[in-house]
Amino acid sequence: MIREPRVEDLLRRLAPQVLGALVRRYGHFDASEDAVQEALLAASVQWPREGRPDNPRAWLVTVASRRLTDHLRSEQSRRRREDATAARAPADATVAPAPGEAPATDRDDTLALLFLCCHPALTPPSQIALTLRAVGGLTTAEIARAFLVPEATMAQRISRAKQKVKAAGSTFDLPPPAERGERLAAVLHVLYLVFNEGYVATSGPDLRRADLTGEAVRLTRAVHRMLPDDGEVAGLLALMLLTEARRSARTGPDGALVPLAEQDRSRWDRRMIAEGTELVTRTLATTSRLGPYQIQAAIAAVHDEASSADDTDWPQVAALYRLLDRVAPNPMVTLNRAVAVAMTSGPQAGLDLLAPLDDDARMAGHHRLAAVRAHLLEMAGDTAGARAAYRAAAAGTTSLPERRYLTGRAAGLSGAR
Amino acid sequence: MKYMLLIYGNEELWESFPPETLAEVIRDTDALHEELRASGEFVGAWGVADQAQAKTVTVQGGAPVVTDGPYLEAKEYLGSFDIIDCDSLERALEIAAKVPFARHGKVEVRPLMHEAAPEA
Repeated sequence: MIREPRVEDLLRRLAPQVLGALVRRYGHFDASEDAVQEALLAASVQWPREGRPDNPRAWLVTVASRRLTDHLRSEQSRRRREDATAARAPADATVAPAPGEAPATDRDDTLALLFLCCHPALTPPSQIALTLRAVGGLTTAEIARAFLVPEATMAQRISRAKQKVKAAGSTFDLPPPAERGERLAAVLHVLYLVFNEGYVATSGPDLRRADLTGEAVRLTRAVHRMLPDDGEVAGLLALMLLTEARRSARTGPDGALVPLAEQDRSRWDRRMIAEGTELVTRTLATTSRLGPYQIQAAIAAVHDEASSADDTDWPQVAALYRLLDRVAPNPMVTLNRAVAVAMTSGPQAGLDLLAPLDDDARMAGHHRLAAVRAHLLEMAGDTAGARAAYRAAAAGTTSLPERRYLTGRAAGLSGAR
Repeated sequence: MKYMLLIYGNEELWESFPPETLAEVIRDTDALHEELRASGEFVGAWGVADQAQAKTVTVQGGAPVVTDGPYLEAKEYLGSFDIIDCDSLERALEIAAKVPFARHGKVEVRPLMHEAAPEA
């Protein structure tokens, strides 16, 4: 017996398709987005009670269209808008597709939506909020809860983001090929930020909010299905899977952070590691354009394959970081490379790599530099130096679990001479 | 990132405001809150009741002990605070500069680390 997907999952999957269909027919991204949310809400109330329609997608398109036209009709400039809508609607706009038959444009519609939500005119927090609502099908209340802000604040942020997209004069089309790469990079960055927000929880008591990491993986999977040949999309998906696989080992029973070297690796999710490793291996073998997500995924795969920190192929990790530093130069990459170099050539070699970062404006006062330095000083046996660096790092972080971890490391060294 | 804007002052300062200045500060404060509401950066604003209403709780030998105060020796006290959620420290400082009390007292800006959500 085939089990039907949960109503909620089905609605979330259909949300971008329905929105895409509406925007394509009527224009009005802003009003269409509201209408789709109303249709999703109506479905979540009606379907469990009255049964699921034969063609859920067509049902949603019909209900959302009705809401949209009601809304447009009630607007002041009724006459003018209706004319414009009628002129824009293609002849087949009112014909629903046969059950089970997804129109060929769904793929492009979802992609176009993602490009629109990750529009360069928006700040990253606005891109994230809009993407989660318009493409992810999350309600404003759910997004607000995930980011720990009042619902009214999030509603306002989303509404302003929509106005900005409109003001930027963007159209509901795929960007021209010349811009496609850059725009896709922005989409991937937003998905990466959603994942990270869930995983690191810059502003949360628990280190990860699984709903956000799960949502990021789901959306990245969808993009990967649409663009299976793009190496960076595959690389990002692999990176997420290989990182998410360590989730249950990442925190101790008291909720405290457990660093990679001390994690109980038997708690890692083997199935996710297998999927991520397979994906990154296949991609690296076929890619024509090696990008930062693929390299980071490869690094995560090396860690995930090792049975312990000592068993890790550190020369391989160091080589990959050197490659990453060349492909996407960034002081954060240098930090990670320093750790790998310390594991292969000793702590002093790692500390030497850190020295130039003190003068790098992008790293000024960044707690990660102090944290890595503390770790390497501890390896080198410089207890006093390590303690001071751990304290500096603890003072610099704005993540509560991280501060607890760093303060704990400093305290652990206090007794030592 | 969320930031707390702590607005400091003292009774002497607050009492020294002529009525028109007070009215102006209140009007500008409302306007700032409205602006932040519209930009989706506003989490909330709270006034802190007078020091005379402060209580301090300690637990001694397993039993709570409540005392009045502290009546701080400090020259300036916390009068009110805003919590905002914005993109960067630069933006938080820009908003702090718009707080009308920054023209009279001072506004301290502190990044917030969320300790616990209201619902699990």
